[in-house]
Amino acid sequence: MIEVRNLWKNYGDKVVLEGINARVEEGEFITLVGASGCGKSTFLKMLLGTETPSRGQLLMDGQAIKAEPDRDRGIVFQQYSVFPHMTVLDNVIAAEGFKQPGFTGLLWGKKRREARKKAQVLLEKVGLSASAQLYPHQLSGGMRQRLAIAQALLGKPRILLLDEPFGALDPGIRKDMHELVLDLWRTEKLTVFMVTHDLEEGFYLGTRLWVFDKLRQDPQAPDAYGAGITYDLPVGQPDPKELETIEENLKGSTHD
Amino acid sequence: MKRLLNQQPSTAGRMLLSSLPFLVLLLIYLVASDLRLEANPSDKLLPSFTQMGEAIQRMAFEPNRRTGEYLFWVDTFSSLQRLLLGVLIAASFGLLIGLLTGALPLVGASFSPVLTVISLIPPLALLPVLFIVFGLGEVAKVALIAIGITPFIARDMQKRTLEIPREQLIKAQTLGGNTSQVLIRVLLPQLTPRLLDAVRLSLGTGWLFLIAAEAIASTEGLGYRIFLVRRYMSMDVILPYVAWITFLAFLLDWLLVSVNRKLFPWHGHGGGA
Repeated sequence: MIEVRNLWKNYGDKVVLEGINARVEEGEFITLVGASGCGKSTFLKMLLGTETPSRGQLLMDGQAIKAEPDRDRGIVFQQYSVFPHMTVLDNVIAAEGFKQPGFTGLLWGKKRREARKKAQVLLEKVGLSASAQLYPHQLSGGMRQRLAIAQALLGKPRILLLDEPFGALDPGIRKDMHELVLDLWRTEKLTVFMVTHDLEEGFYLGTRLWVFDKLRQDPQAPDAYGAGITYDLPVGQPDPKELETIEENLKGSTHD
Repeated sequence: MKRLLNQQPSTAGRMLLSSLPFLVLLLIYLVASDLRLEANPSDKLLPSFTQMGEAIQRMAFEPNRRTGEYLFWVDTFSSLQRLLLGVLIAASFGLLIGLLTGALPLVGASFSPVLTVISLIPPLALLPVLFIVFGLGEVAKVALIAIGITPFIARDMQKRTLEIPREQLIKAQTLGGNTSQVLIRVLLPQLTPRLLDAVRLSLGTGWLFLIAAEAIASTEGLGYRIFLVRRYMSMDVILPYVAWITFLAFLLDWLLVSVNRKLFPWHGHGGGA
């Protein structure tokens, strides 16, 4: 479904990613880990279409992936993923509205009633129906991310991109969110890319783990070489020893 | 005894403290006015409150002998009309320009520099031009207010548009939103309370331009009246008028704050993560 061919990304002289090759099939759940600044978020942005590769190709179904966000790719950011000026219910209804062509994206009459009903069902499913009339700032961080995920799935994306979605949440709430994501991934048959700081999260969730790290280092010119995928593991049955090795390797890497 | 840094007034104390400066100013005025009037009963500089009351009685509640109008209210009405019309025009254009230059990089690239240059033109220097182009009627005065504050509102709106997290725009696009839908559903509603804030900040400037325009060419209006009666040193009219203008400015500001709080309960919560 997704194919990456010798992908490079650099900003001026600073090389962020180099020589990335990979294939991803429909339905895989890939977690991307690595030290901060290693380019995993940049890779996600290229999948999203807000960044473009400097060299090489990023293909989706054999075609270059579109260089602007569209309905093929849903996204949940760490924050600011929901519309703060709409209630929870309106956030979901608005997502329905954006699917329509037209100038305003507002829904009227029958369409609005249908969207409303659909939204209520969805909110029930993600456990937000009691908060339907609240504004996002009145929700807890976990609830907000629940809403963001529900909203992202409404567009029926083929790929769901998660950019450190649980980075700001408490560990207990994280557990709940993991359940939610795994559940949705199974029932909606999505392809998921998730960037995370937390290696264990990467091991626990998903079917495949990518570790981003620099393959070569030049201490005189730290920006001369970019990161590649140093580990590409299936993680259905996590091996604790492997986790330890990777953790140590990551700690050992000196770049920011 | 706590450090001064940490001492908080109680509720009653706060009221007392905040009214104290007003009382002191009032007292100083009363004493100064009394002293001057005692020395010279026909002194015009610091009229007593009775004299001011009489002047207002004459202006507001008795028809003018020549025109039969209640001047105070005629002045208030026409001044407010000019101000609000000018501000309304400025707010509409400012919002439109700010939204488009902020949201669409192509529009921003073409208009941001010219907007910056225009905003540096002192509007009062344009007043003669406006009088020449629009004549001495209402249009020139409204135009001065509109031209005076549009650049400020437009630039503020542009900045506020750019402040809205990109994540929201990207999210809307991944849900299928097109350009106009994102502008109308995501940006515009979030700009509205910010527009009211910008209008609040520009009202002071609006009054300035209003009074300046009225002082130069007008037949009624609060600013016109003040400059007219200055010829007779009628401080008994000028001071109440100034107080009235201050009160109107306060009222407008308070109204805008209340509207913002009522209509946009989500505003001011840091974009709501």
